[in-house]
Amino acid sequence: MSGRMRLPHGGQIDHNKPLSFTFNGRAYKGLAGDTLAAALLANGVHLVGRSFKYHRPRGIVTAGPEEPNALVQVGEDPRTDPNIKATQLELVEGLSAQPQNAWPSLEFDVGAVNTLAARLIPAGFYYKTFMWPVSAWKTYEHIIRRAAGLGRAPSQRDPDRYDKTYAYCDVLVVGAGPAGLAAALAAGRSGARVVLVEQDHLLGGALLSAAEEMIDGQAALDWVRAAETELSQMANVRILRRTIAYGAFDHGFFGLMENVTDHLAEPPAELPRHRLWKLRAKQAVFCAGAIERPLVFADNDRPGIMTASSVQSYINRYAVRPGKRAVVFTNNDSGYGAALDMTAAGIEVVAVIDLRSAPSGPLTERAEAAGLRILAEHAIIGTAGRKRVTKVRVAELAVEGDAVVGAVEEIDCDLIANSGGWSPTVHLFCHAKGSLNWDEEHACFVPDKAMQAGQRCAGSANGAFGLGSCLAEGAEAGTAAAAEAGFQAGAAVTVESEDRDFLPGRWIWLVPSDKPLGQKAKHFVDQQNDVTAADLKLALREGYVSIEHVKRYTTTGMATDQGKLGNVNAIGIVAEEFGRPLPEVGVTTFRPPFTPVSFGIFGGRDVDDLLDPLRRTPMHAWHERNGALFEDVGQWRRPWYYPQFGEDMHTAVNREVKAVRQSLGILDASTLGKIDIQGPDAAEFLNRVYTNAWKKLDIGRCRYGLMLGEDGMVTDDGVTTRLGENHFLMTTTTGNAAAVLSHLEDYLQTEWPDLKVFLTSVTEQFATITLSGPNARKLLAELSDAELSPNALPHMGYTAARVAGVPARIFRISFTGELSYEINVPASFGMAVWQTVMTVGERYGITPYGTEAMHVLRAEKGYIIVGQETDGSVNPLDLDMGWAVSKTKDFIGKRSLTRADMLKPDRKQLVGILTQDPQEVLPEGAQLVEQVLPQPPMPMLGHVTSSYYSPNCGRSIAMALVKGGLARKGETLYAPLEGGKTVACVVAESPVFFDPAGERLK
Amino acid sequence: MIETYLRQNALAHLGLEGREPSSDAAVRLHEKSLPTAVNLRGEKDDPTFLEAVNGALGLGLPVEPNTAAQNETLAILWLGPNEWLLVRHDVSPEAEAQLSASLRDALGDIHSAVTEVGESLVCIHISGPRAADVIAKGCPLDLHPSAFGGAGHCAQSHLSKTAITLHQLSNEDEGGPDYDLYTRRSFADYLWRWLSDAAREYSGG
Amino acid sequence: MLLISCPHCGPRCESEFANGGEAHIERPKDPETLSDADWAEFVFFRDNPKGLVLERWNHAQGCRRWFNAARDSVTYEILAVYPMGSPPPALDPKRYV
Repeated sequence: MSGRMRLPHGGQIDHNKPLSFTFNGRAYKGLAGDTLAAALLANGVHLVGRSFKYHRPRGIVTAGPEEPNALVQVGEDPRTDPNIKATQLELVEGLSAQPQNAWPSLEFDVGAVNTLAARLIPAGFYYKTFMWPVSAWKTYEHIIRRAAGLGRAPSQRDPDRYDKTYAYCDVLVVGAGPAGLAAALAAGRSGARVVLVEQDHLLGGALLSAAEEMIDGQAALDWVRAAETELSQMANVRILRRTIAYGAFDHGFFGLMENVTDHLAEPPAELPRHRLWKLRAKQAVFCAGAIERPLVFADNDRPGIMTASSVQSYINRYAVRPGKRAVVFTNNDSGYGAALDMTAAGIEVVAVIDLRSAPSGPLTERAEAAGLRILAEHAIIGTAGRKRVTKVRVAELAVEGDAVVGAVEEIDCDLIANSGGWSPTVHLFCHAKGSLNWDEEHACFVPDKAMQAGQRCAGSANGAFGLGSCLAEGAEAGTAAAAEAGFQAGAAVTVESEDRDFLPGRWIWLVPSDKPLGQKAKHFVDQQNDVTAADLKLALREGYVSIEHVKRYTTTGMATDQGKLGNVNAIGIVAEEFGRPLPEVGVTTFRPPFTPVSFGIFGGRDVDDLLDPLRRTPMHAWHERNGALFEDVGQWRRPWYYPQFGEDMHTAVNREVKAVRQSLGILDASTLGKIDIQGPDAAEFLNRVYTNAWKKLDIGRCRYGLMLGEDGMVTDDGVTTRLGENHFLMTTTTGNAAAVLSHLEDYLQTEWPDLKVFLTSVTEQFATITLSGPNARKLLAELSDAELSPNALPHMGYTAARVAGVPARIFRISFTGELSYEINVPASFGMAVWQTVMTVGERYGITPYGTEAMHVLRAEKGYIIVGQETDGSVNPLDLDMGWAVSKTKDFIGKRSLTRADMLKPDRKQLVGILTQDPQEVLPEGAQLVEQVLPQPPMPMLGHVTSSYYSPNCGRSIAMALVKGGLARKGETLYAPLEGGKTVACVVAESPVFFDPAGERLK
Repeated sequence: MIETYLRQNALAHLGLEGREPSSDAAVRLHEKSLPTAVNLRGEKDDPTFLEAVNGALGLGLPVEPNTAAQNETLAILWLGPNEWLLVRHDVSPEAEAQLSASLRDALGDIHSAVTEVGESLVCIHISGPRAADVIAKGCPLDLHPSAFGGAGHCAQSHLSKTAITLHQLSNEDEGGPDYDLYTRRSFADYLWRWLSDAAREYSGG
Repeated sequence: MLLISCPHCGPRCESEFANGGEAHIERPKDPETLSDADWAEFVFFRDNPKGLVLERWNHAQGCRRWFNAARDSVTYEILAVYPMGSPPPALDPKRYV
């Protein structure tokens, strides 16, 4: 037996498959097909948590995603999730769950003292109390969150795998109840690509919880099974079970979360736990059903007080009796369904309390015929019982419905099934900015106009509550959606069923009591956030007018259930208080997600070493084998330095830097951006995009260029070579390659479409090996058939030749100030050529060097790095690079260079900096001041952009951007550092610290 | 003559040889050996351009968007209104230069650009009944035949965080689908590991 | 996530595109003749209307071509795509506010 409240037969569960689970540390048995909530109720457990603010005992209220109370912490760290609704959690063997809102324990907790102090915790309490002083909020929040029991995050990384995928369909159907199944059948038969999404693991929706609905003369669930079979056999239909359509976004884009393995006791290792479906649907049919509203009556939050339909669900679907002695409280016909089903299940229904003065309707009549005791025009005015409801107090309503009269009757019970009417589930429709209408007769918001083309609601989600209407609307919507997607209807879906809804109803938003509102009893509107009708009225008295403000001030509807139960009741109470029609008060904004989704799905597999691509050069494996430490440059992973045994970074970099100047270094420069430029207007194009002149560059020659934005600021630099009359090869900085190409294409396509130029990225066509140092020519001569004499291949010259037997492009360009060759070979040969060069170069002590040594070498020469010496606010004149700026032609950004701001003498300008103590290396980013004040603030002149120890200069060197720096040569400045230390330094005559005459390049 | 043995595949460091998936796997991945490829730019509305290319290649440029032309030795992928990718597989390292030279000769003064790009590419062949599902995990293209067009169609897009060019080679009813998936060489390692991870779900354990 | 119709490649996911800001801002032919204020107007100032916007898009992860689009900044509906250099389609800006 899986619980003392379990019925021996029936339901959509497997009576022969018991499952063990624990809740709150205690072991229980449930059945396959149960939710955790069903299994707890089967064991007579209603109490599942404590309330957020007052720590009142709380029980299971619903059987679905609208559940406000039964939030549990599932699993053990690190496989643990907070805020899981027990009403949706499929029971699995070995499941362990904890109540999360019950610090320090469920049965006894200190927070319950809040109940006694309730008068002290009104609406806006947190805002009013904990906001001052502002600095203390963090402390308050920590304590409040702990007391509030909002669940615990795992303490370690998530061990599970998550998946995400794009998907497309012609017709998306959300919800597999009667309307959704009819829609999916109609669309599926047309041949359209259909995705049917159902949050449950079973199809059927509300039919799963119904006792004796009939469709086409057969039991409704038989029809559901037939529909499911037909849909499963259609290749064009995909059914996603255990999947929440959590959000509708622009242009028919939907977010779905599929639960792939949570229901498996031992999930296969290769399966992801959850999957995000990024679904684009041409058409969408929302058949998400409707949610039953509870009534707002005094002390309506005790365990054992449930919505009427959820009681039916537990009886019919799960074969569980949620109580033994029940009272029904309703304002419409549907509450009588619970009365009838309970009676059939052997629960004693002691009374049906009906707010209506003359109860009627098909179910009402059946209850009358069954001889149930019906108290018309009566109300529950109070309840009793701490951990479980034990009795109700009932009185007659005054004619207006706003007060009670006469004697109070007390009725013992352990269960209250209550119904306040129904609200269509319009969330997705509203995410997509569909508009709503107020349906006066049914007292609910119903879909009006969809904002996005091709979206529609059907069935009770559309305000059509009768089963017959649901089926008809679903079929019609499915057919229409398929037709709009371009598919001709297949065989018609015609199904017949009874068509009753829940009318008539009497809509009293706030059930009166015999005591003033808020005194001795609470009328809860939002159980999860502990918001009462009195809180709402207080907010109105305090001057809040907009329902959006009332919501934020009282926090009604702001918990994880997002007001699925309470929002319409809150709006009704506000409207009544204002004396305004309810639709004038309006609804609060519906926002995704419909129900909480796991973070994991948004990461998917893009975590750990797949978080971001790590781009590898053709020689990457060599660098790894030879002990390189790497530095990320954009997505590239470049060798930083190659420490030899026992070397620290400083020693290794000094060795590499010295080797280049003394003999020979080798650098993997493959990451430099390369753009192939072809066309008769190529030179003209370069003339417009670079600051200097390009038309007269000879074939076989290279030139350095600076690129600006239209604002005149430096964006990139690099060397471009004329390979032929109409053929250039541009190099860009490593990190900027894609941005530069995009910038150039932009101008070419949009400003100068008349220029005959084509651009193609060839960054990765070549492996680039840079040889640098006095012995570079000697080594290359041994490996190449190229004519390498200074006359044949001078500085800034280019030639094509073979290197190590492989066709190569050789550029004599230098970023170190040494004799250097940048050798481009086809990428697939990069490793072989590199290895050959290393072998042959041994006699010159060839030394691989990384980006750090490269930075030191170029800084010794005062060469800038875009992005280090520049930050988007630096123009060429600031860099003292006027020599590279043409006065005679226009180029991108030129006009900005003569704007008034650009001519100010106190602009920050790039200068060399030498510390007074030559061994002191300034930190990059250090601020420079003229005069050190006792404490900040002090006027800052600029900051250090590059700073290194230079073994070739035998001292530290630095560059800095300094206000009016070019006029400050020889001045002493100070760098006040963290910890009170101040470094004195001098503005150098020139930032070229090594070989200022450039002798070594000749 | 260039020594072919000196060349190195983009995925050489993974040591994939001898670890080919079984022929009945739901998803099969393998790196095609170094492609030979030329990027061709020119005006599709210029008949002299189209004729010159057709003359040099014996295969017309596909001018319909998202389509590829193919014969026994050459595939031409439409990349844009004035851009194509010409690809050959399993040919000598000289083939790329020869292909571009023959095009340049044929095009003469016609405004166009011929750029060798094969060395910059990696081609990962992906096949098996779940191949499209694996690609869809990272690529926003709708691969359904009614949208993508089936065999002989191609598109540029992205797969997770790397740009790709996708060329469908066969349809489901022809034992497929199978695809050639191109990306830039430096992304090969990332793309391979990403696809392998995405395919794991279909590995059956 | 928008669905954008590239004029060349057809409808594609927004993640393949890069937005290029306001359309129909032509680079001055002779910048040297402009006042600082007029030049600043070209470089720095852009409109941010509610309703009809005309903007540039680049199919960055596709054919790499630039094009223009007319979009409603309230509903995000893309009303038209049209080539660079073409005048915008006749759309009543008031309709989209």
